[in-house]
Amino acid sequence: MADLPLHLRRLEAEAIHILREVVSEFRNPVMLYSIGKDSSAMLHVALKAFHPAPLPFPLLHVDTTWKFREMIAFRDETVRRLGLDLRVHINKEGLARGVSPFASGSQVHTQVMKTESLLQALNEGKFDAAFGGARRDEEKSRAKERIFSHRSVTQAWDPRNQRPELWRLFNTRIRDGESMRVFPLSNWTELDVWEYIRAEGIPVVPLYFAKERPVVKRAGTLLMVDDDRMPLEPGEKPEMKRVRFRTLGCYPLTGAIESDADTLDAIIDEMRQATTSERQGRLIDSDESASMEKKKREGYF
Amino acid sequence: MADPLRDDALPTLRLLTCGSVDDGKSTLIGRLLYEQKLIFDDQLSALERDSKKHGTVGADIDFALLVDGLEAEREQGITIDVAYRYFATTRRSFIVADTPGHEQYTRNMATGASNADLAILLVDARKGLLTQTHRHAIIVSLLGIRHVVLAINKIDLVGYDEAIYRRIVKDFEAFAAPLGFRSVVAIPMSARFGDNVSSLSPNTPWHEGPFLLDHLERVEVEDERRDAAFRLPVQWINRPHLDFRGFAGTVAGGRIKRGDPIVVASSGRQSIVAGILRADAAVEEAEAGDAVTLTLADEIDIARGDVLARPDNRPQVADQFTAHLIWMSQEPLLPGRSYLMKIGARTTPASVTELKHRIDVDNFEKLAAKTLALNEVGFANLATTAPVAYDPYAENRETGAFILIDRTSNETAAAGMIAHGLRRATNIHRQGLAVDRDAHAAIKHQRPAVLWFTGLSGAGKSTIANLVESKLMARGVHTVLLDGDNIRHGLNKDLGFTTEDRVENIRRVAEVARLMTDAGLIVLTSFISPFRAERALARDTAATGEFIEIYVSTPLEIAIARDPKGLYKRALAGEIKNFTGVDQPYEAPEAAELTLDAGGVDVETLAERVVAELEARGRIERL
Repeated sequence: MADLPLHLRRLEAEAIHILREVVSEFRNPVMLYSIGKDSSAMLHVALKAFHPAPLPFPLLHVDTTWKFREMIAFRDETVRRLGLDLRVHINKEGLARGVSPFASGSQVHTQVMKTESLLQALNEGKFDAAFGGARRDEEKSRAKERIFSHRSVTQAWDPRNQRPELWRLFNTRIRDGESMRVFPLSNWTELDVWEYIRAEGIPVVPLYFAKERPVVKRAGTLLMVDDDRMPLEPGEKPEMKRVRFRTLGCYPLTGAIESDADTLDAIIDEMRQATTSERQGRLIDSDESASMEKKKREGYF
Repeated sequence: MADPLRDDALPTLRLLTCGSVDDGKSTLIGRLLYEQKLIFDDQLSALERDSKKHGTVGADIDFALLVDGLEAEREQGITIDVAYRYFATTRRSFIVADTPGHEQYTRNMATGASNADLAILLVDARKGLLTQTHRHAIIVSLLGIRHVVLAINKIDLVGYDEAIYRRIVKDFEAFAAPLGFRSVVAIPMSARFGDNVSSLSPNTPWHEGPFLLDHLERVEVEDERRDAAFRLPVQWINRPHLDFRGFAGTVAGGRIKRGDPIVVASSGRQSIVAGILRADAAVEEAEAGDAVTLTLADEIDIARGDVLARPDNRPQVADQFTAHLIWMSQEPLLPGRSYLMKIGARTTPASVTELKHRIDVDNFEKLAAKTLALNEVGFANLATTAPVAYDPYAENRETGAFILIDRTSNETAAAGMIAHGLRRATNIHRQGLAVDRDAHAAIKHQRPAVLWFTGLSGAGKSTIANLVESKLMARGVHTVLLDGDNIRHGLNKDLGFTTEDRVENIRRVAEVARLMTDAGLIVLTSFISPFRAERALARDTAATGEFIEIYVSTPLEIAIARDPKGLYKRALAGEIKNFTGVDQPYEAPEAAELTLDAGGVDVETLAERVVAELEARGRIERL
């Protein structure tokens, strides 16, 4: 394989440095695996960082039970192919209460099935460090998040009281019960991630590539009818459109874009010409521009 | 597959923007993003909405709002932290650290600057150089940034006047001469209207270039790191099975090839690079910035925190050094308090032993100080509990930088940049020894020891020591006797009898004794050695369990009565100064391994007791 372009080589090296630092300094790390492109890139870097040793920590997927079916299939195939230790956590209590994006609305669903569920899983596993694939270019409040982001015993984030982060000298000291969220891809952009996926030949969920899919248009957003749990409103009728996704989450909360980009080259070309940011497809962000910061303070990744 | 549009020779440029609040920093970054078409429609519509709500430029889009992140900041109109922005042109990727011009500026600027290779220093053309400009230039220089763009902004507001521009450039050159910048590029600019940002402006025909983006796309910043001496701080030991033992880390300077010799800085052990993995791929060579795993030809002892280097160009190793400190905590510095120092992959207890001075970052003046408060910069001596490998920060920003962590709150209390080591011997590196001390001793069928005889002059130390040595010799034991008078004729003939010189006298003897025990010998030393602290130092210098303190406890009256060399007589007459027992104290041992009363018992019996002690401690074989 040809050498990576220098800027990607440096980003990869930085991520490897962060991954190795965590494995050296924490007792019980875990990698949050959300099945998306960022997780795929992060997992790929991690496998390289510890080669020839196997991955020295497990993966954790917080399953809301509303992920696209193709995501779950891809997840299971990835685990099989790479021989990974994946733990799947579902908030059973939320499930029992019948929380869902349709019945409860996107905010409650995200709070219960994602944020609270994640906290349950981290507490149950007694993980003292958790890797996430978040990037600083995703959203404004993320731009100020540290690479090593300290969380209190209640997993809360205090944006005004973050440790300064100088050079590559990460302060990894925590008290019992506290933990660290660690973002190895902090300095990557969406374009970097796609270029890396292309250069390294990393498999991604097929939903990123354009294909005829059944969608309905609702509140200006194209939603894919992924299973029969999706209640159709009067007059709504799924129609086949050539669409793809820039970002993946719960299918009822993730908007598709009309596109013909069915290869990595086409996706990268399309992104260069894009006039909207990737999070535009995320319905949970659109309430107000500070909503992400609010969610993060409550423990969202 | 590489992208044909990208110039792969140039890595991402990490840069810092600084300037005071009104100089237009955020506006400049917003302008750059906007002109590179990097502001998406949804962001632009949010921006238009926000501009009406919080904006400061009337109906125009306020680019600054695009860059100021957290909710509170937007409302207060200030940036309270470091924000990172990302953009790419067809030629290069950029990471911009945007740091506040307001409170906590030093802490935040230092944080942003620590990973930046270039700083854009904004100056308001109407105001010229301000105290803040000086401050920012000094911090940028302190953090080791070598490339500066002097962006003389708001040039539109002075009518694009070349003379004003020239005068500011001249002022800055005079001010910055001692700051050690490798390149200073001045550009007349209007961030608000885009003059000389993404193209040369027709409004400044007198400016030949470059425009900002042109310079940023071309400036080379990594060559210094690649040309530096090879350093690999070992971050993690990769040992998946018995056949693979790799040393993982990020190359902090220079290059390394397969087959190159390497040395572990702290132990002096050497080996040859057998293999290099860059990420997971076997390669022939690697350079600064690469995350590698090295395998070596020999099994040598290497742990996380060790630094690998070339044998002919090693980092220094010291447990004391001077450094610049930037204090980052609300809790002020406490000299003498134990902090944790993280340097490379090593974390070790450290304390500030002396704060030499505080530095006024407005003018580089040195001020007397007893402590450092938040955002203050100082120059201090530090001591670590174990020696660490390092380079001066000016030579290597990775191996010369450290942070101090508060051991109670765990917060990052300070950032530090090492100036130089304090021990004279910092350039002398420990040599890894092929034949170790155990082998030396084993061949002699004995275990080394230091028999440290202490007591008054005339107590009988040398007499007993001589007889002990004869007895040991007769049993085939290998010994050496270091006698106070003899050593003072040679090794220590430059030393007198002042307290300072007595301390140095004992330090040297302790070191010599250590070397002799390394050779497997039983060492007998006969020195008054009047101070407890120095005997404790001698004990610490010896290997554990090898130091046997023997107190020859002859009372002063008997020693004076004996006076074998006539010294007491002269001292009592005032002819000799600093004589132990007369005008200098003798601090008797509190817990000597052996006490010999040479006032009443005969020498033969005392010497036998010493030999018996050696037998009992397993140092020599029983007859």
